[in-house]
Amino acid sequence: MMRKIADIPVEKINPSIEKVLKGQGIPDQVKANKRTIDLARKALSSFMVLARPSAVTMEITGDQFKPIYAGEGLNADDTPLDDIIERADSFALFAVTIGETICAEIGRLFESGDYAQGAMLDSTASEGTELLANQVEQSHREYLLKKNRLASSHSTCQFSPGYCGWHVSAQKKLFQTLRPEEIGISLNDSFLMEPLKSISGAIIVGEREIFVFEDDFEFCVECRTRSCRDRIRAVKEK
Amino acid sequence: MEILNQISASLQEGDTAAVAKLTGQAVKQKLAPKEILDRGLIAGMNVVGQKFKSHEIFLPDVLLAAKAMYAGMDVLKPLMTGESLPTMGTVVIGTVHGDLHDIGKNLVAIMLRGAGFEVIDLGKDVPPERFVDEAEKNSAQVIGMSALLTTTMPVMEKVVELAKDRGIYGKTKIIVGGAPLSADYAEEIGADAYCFDGISAVERVKDLTGAK
Ligand code: B1M
Repeated sequence: MMRKIADIPVEKINPSIEKVLKGQGIPDQVKANKRTIDLARKALSSFMVLARPSAVTMEITGDQFKPIYAGEGLNADDTPLDDIIERADSFALFAVTIGETICAEIGRLFESGDYAQGAMLDSTASEGTELLANQVEQSHREYLLKKNRLASSHSTCQFSPGYCGWHVSAQKKLFQTLRPEEIGISLNDSFLMEPLKSISGAIIVGEREIFVFEDDFEFCVECRTRSCRDRIRAVKEK
Repeated sequence: MEILNQISASLQEGDTAAVAKLTGQAVKQKLAPKEILDRGLIAGMNVVGQKFKSHEIFLPDVLLAAKAMYAGMDVLKPLMTGESLPTMGTVVIGTVHGDLHDIGKNLVAIMLRGAGFEVIDLGKDVPPERFVDEAEKNSAQVIGMSALLTTTMPVMEKVVELAKDRGIYGKTKIIVGGAPLSADYAEEIGADAYCFDGISAVERVKDLTGAK
């Protein structure tokens, strides 16, 4: 069973200014004013200095993944993963963080009254964490390719507890198996990870078509992100 | 009054130094602090709120304006010897126990202060008792709670129950916000309002307290 810890160079997860501005609620079609761009540029520079990207991944079998997915028994009745798990080839757990230093700096900026810079750094850090999770997925794909374990009709897709009907409490079993504490991520009784800018989840490998689903599940109504649409699009391109 | 318009305009520009300077000048012109606050600073912040709502400006502009507003308030505070700046009411706010997401709560607090409310920020991971204790101690008109995870939302209901036990429910209004929440959930637990964002929090708090 492969378990790997890696410190990832920050240059590999450089957020784009467009995504950072989107995180601030500025739509793509709007041209941000100069002072906003300056705030974003400064936040991006701080990110490069303060982010400490770190990741842990672990390959597990389908039989090992099922109880982790079932978690504390709180998943939605019908989820896309129910079907995907049955049809998938392989599974890897992951957890990533960009560390506490940047979270502390966000707090410091707010406390010192530099709210706009603090909020901008927060959006930058959130985007950086998402990119880190994508980077880990990419590395896993490269590993599978090297081992001749990724056919051309196959791809990878990320899922996280708290999304797509997979209850956030499933992180408990995920943590028991993956042990992300080793890279400094802890989980509290409310299933909240510290540092805040952390993501946990599973990279699932299978034929591209198994990852395609409609966003018409009962829980989709409450979902604020609909990020499944981007992930499905990415699966088709990978 | 020209100077009050200038304060309001500089505040909308997020020009902290200009707002502090102009507020000082207004004081020298013997304008009452309350008038400078209401017709200069708060008036400017109200325009900012409206422009944000209509997507003419965005979060960074609002936060720069808020910083400028506080710079003006800092000039006025020492003049109110023996008493604090007149406020629209007091709001006790925090992120509920078990949750450490505080950016959203911070933004709401900044906007409420900008609208002229006194905000007592309890921080994050706040136990239910503290919300109620602090509301009683400070005779707060509103308790505001934030949660970003479904697993921490139930703490909000505990605060509502506690407010009922202590007899402040109804008198002290309760507002809730955060990504996984909804108006239905707020109603279900007996909160007075769900707020989608900082601007809606200001509007709801004004409605609930009757502040103008
Ligand atoms: C008192 O009165 C009031 C009034 C209004 C109030 C208020 C109080 N409090 C808030 N408001 C309101 O006004 C504020 C200002 O406009 C707003 O505050 P917010 O705090 O919401 O807004 C911030 C200023 C900006 N918003 C945010 O920063 C959150 C945006 C979304 C997309 C989001 C992000 C960016 C992130 N996340 Co995650 N994340 C989501 C979010 C979905 C969404 N679109 O909201 C949410 C919160 N995340 C979720 C999840 C599941 C997770 N996230 C995780 C990770 C992350 C990132 C690191 C990638 C990143 C940063 C997190 C952070 N906040 O620092 C994980 C947890 C992290 C942890 N530390 O434990 C993880 C558990 C995923 C995983 N397994 O790794 C979901 C929670 C759902 C649930 N079941 O509980 C989620 C709702 C997404 C979804 N599924 O729809 C309003 O809500």
